[in-house]
Amino acid sequence: MLKKSLLIGLAAGLAMVTTAFAADPIKIVYIGKNTGNPYFDSITGGFEDACKEKGCEFEFVAPATAEATSQIPFIEAQIQRGVNVIGIAPNSPDALNQVLDDARAKGILVLTVNGDLVGNESHRDATILPVDFTKTGPNQVELMGSLIGYKGEIAILSATTEAPDQNTWIAAMNDTLANDAKYKDMKLVATVYGDDQPEKSTTEMEALLANYPNLVGVIAPTTVGIAAAAQVVQQRGIADKVHVTGLGLPSEMRDFIKDGTVKAFQLWSPYNEGWLAVHFALGVLDGSIKNEVGASFDVPNLGKVTIADKNAMIAQPELTTFDASNIDNFNF
Amino acid sequence: MSAVLNFLIRRREAGIFVMIVLFCLFVGVQKPQFLTLDSLRIVLLLTPLIMIGAMGQMMVIVARHVDLSIGSILGLSAMVSGMMFRYMPDMPWFLCFPLSIGTGMLLGFVNGLLITTFRLPAIIVTLGTLNLYRGLTFIISNAKQIDRQYVPSILKSMSQPSPTLAVPLIIFLSFAIAVATYWFLMHTRIGRQIFALGSNPVAAPLRGINVTQVTLLVFTLSGALSGLAGIMYASRWGFVNPSNTGAGFEFQVIAAVVIGGVSINGGVGTVLGTVLGVLLLGCVGAALPLLGIPGTTQNAIYGSVILVALLIDRLVRAQGNRGVTQRAGASS
Repeated sequence: MLKKSLLIGLAAGLAMVTTAFAADPIKIVYIGKNTGNPYFDSITGGFEDACKEKGCEFEFVAPATAEATSQIPFIEAQIQRGVNVIGIAPNSPDALNQVLDDARAKGILVLTVNGDLVGNESHRDATILPVDFTKTGPNQVELMGSLIGYKGEIAILSATTEAPDQNTWIAAMNDTLANDAKYKDMKLVATVYGDDQPEKSTTEMEALLANYPNLVGVIAPTTVGIAAAAQVVQQRGIADKVHVTGLGLPSEMRDFIKDGTVKAFQLWSPYNEGWLAVHFALGVLDGSIKNEVGASFDVPNLGKVTIADKNAMIAQPELTTFDASNIDNFNF
Repeated sequence: MSAVLNFLIRRREAGIFVMIVLFCLFVGVQKPQFLTLDSLRIVLLLTPLIMIGAMGQMMVIVARHVDLSIGSILGLSAMVSGMMFRYMPDMPWFLCFPLSIGTGMLLGFVNGLLITTFRLPAIIVTLGTLNLYRGLTFIISNAKQIDRQYVPSILKSMSQPSPTLAVPLIIFLSFAIAVATYWFLMHTRIGRQIFALGSNPVAAPLRGINVTQVTLLVFTLSGALSGLAGIMYASRWGFVNPSNTGAGFEFQVIAAVVIGGVSINGGVGTVLGTVLGVLLLGCVGAALPLLGIPGTTQNAIYGSVILVALLIDRLVRAQGNRGVTQRAGASS
């Protein structure tokens, strides 16, 4: 009897706690790959602005290093804090499965933002990717071609040899160069890896110039690599001979665009990912958006977003190209 | 021939010099462009930070200690100046020198204080401060990178070939530091005391050496030089990142110092040897990408070069000792 009333009391207490929670604003957290990475400042900006507008609580946390397991304690802490939504840029496609399952068992909506659990999609509710990654490679080749008149020797300066995104794009670049007749006069002579370190990227770039004197272009599909390559070209004063392009952050590339070292480069807007993630999460939580493949919904400033295969959404269809005419419009 | 051999045995520096020449010739045979002035410039541009750090580390190791925290001191000192550039752009840019060097001095002094006051081993204390100082860098910067646009152009131009000198200023600066270190160690009383302390810490106080003072001094100097290297980092790469800047610096520097013949047992070492050790690392760093060796194997080769250098040194020394014993035997 005593036991029963205790249970009832407990249940009543729980119910009160739950209603108290419901009255609170929705808590959203975004867990980045690592701290000190300017790229995530921009994604976070999108989260913050959307939360300000929609009245939710937002927090950004990230481990010091981007190791496979370093995000686990952060996810555990957020589960204990009782957040409603966890957005995460996973550092590993499989190391987080267990802890993300724990989060979802507690009713937390888990979204991967800016990278997915490839092969382990069942451990998250949906994914938000910056852009249609199948177009990144071809877009970059086209930009390079337009800079060099579709003719000459080019090279690729990438991140680490095992970087999954870069390797997907590089494979697509090779494919585009080999199969599209438009690019038949462009010859890819080397693919090198600067490990996303400025020093190593610089020596690799210097080695490219020494080994291939006829080089007319370098594609660096990584923010550290493109800045390092641009710096080498700037210091040598060879911008009219060797064109550097790739994927870069406007904040890091602004000076190189202004002094003409780099004519144009590309990226998506990481900001849009955070913006979309908040609108999607709030919609799912209040029932106005169904998290089902094929469903679609409208997002202010982005237009109609459709949930594609494996519950994937993209924040913008094509890469944005930055050049002297528009670089000042972007502050990330 | 035997005279040459004798010289090599007696002069450790000559051995390293021969290794550098042989290595460059070996690379030059396969890649003739390595034996050009342009490559010399690349090698020299790889070395200034390591050179400055190595001078401080050399003094610490000669005193029979080690300083693992220099990479974090570099990062924190660079960040302090970076934040001045970003948040107080009206301050004269050259204040970054006293600011960063002062920060480095303070952090090095704290290392020395912990080691002398509590009689703790330097390797443990500096392992602790390596993490502490890196953490502080994240805290004061709010984990935000100082982007290229904030670093003053005049500071960045110090790493670029000047019209009058053709050689970037930071290269001169690093050699000037080496010369100053040579003078300090060889021609001042306290410089000689560092050697005396390292060769026999037990006997040092009996000879009237203030062990606490000398220990504090070497760590403070090592910190000050790491602070200067922090400014040089901002100059060379144009940005300051809380997690990347200075990461792994201690390994390169200790490797250069040890290759240069500074004994990890204290009391033995020359500035010339250390300079040559730095140059050998620079040559290897520039040559590997030129040879087209993939990044995945570069680390292994880099590590092997360090071990081979140490091994050759050990063999040569054993040979030398035998020679000395034999001569001693003959004369008796």
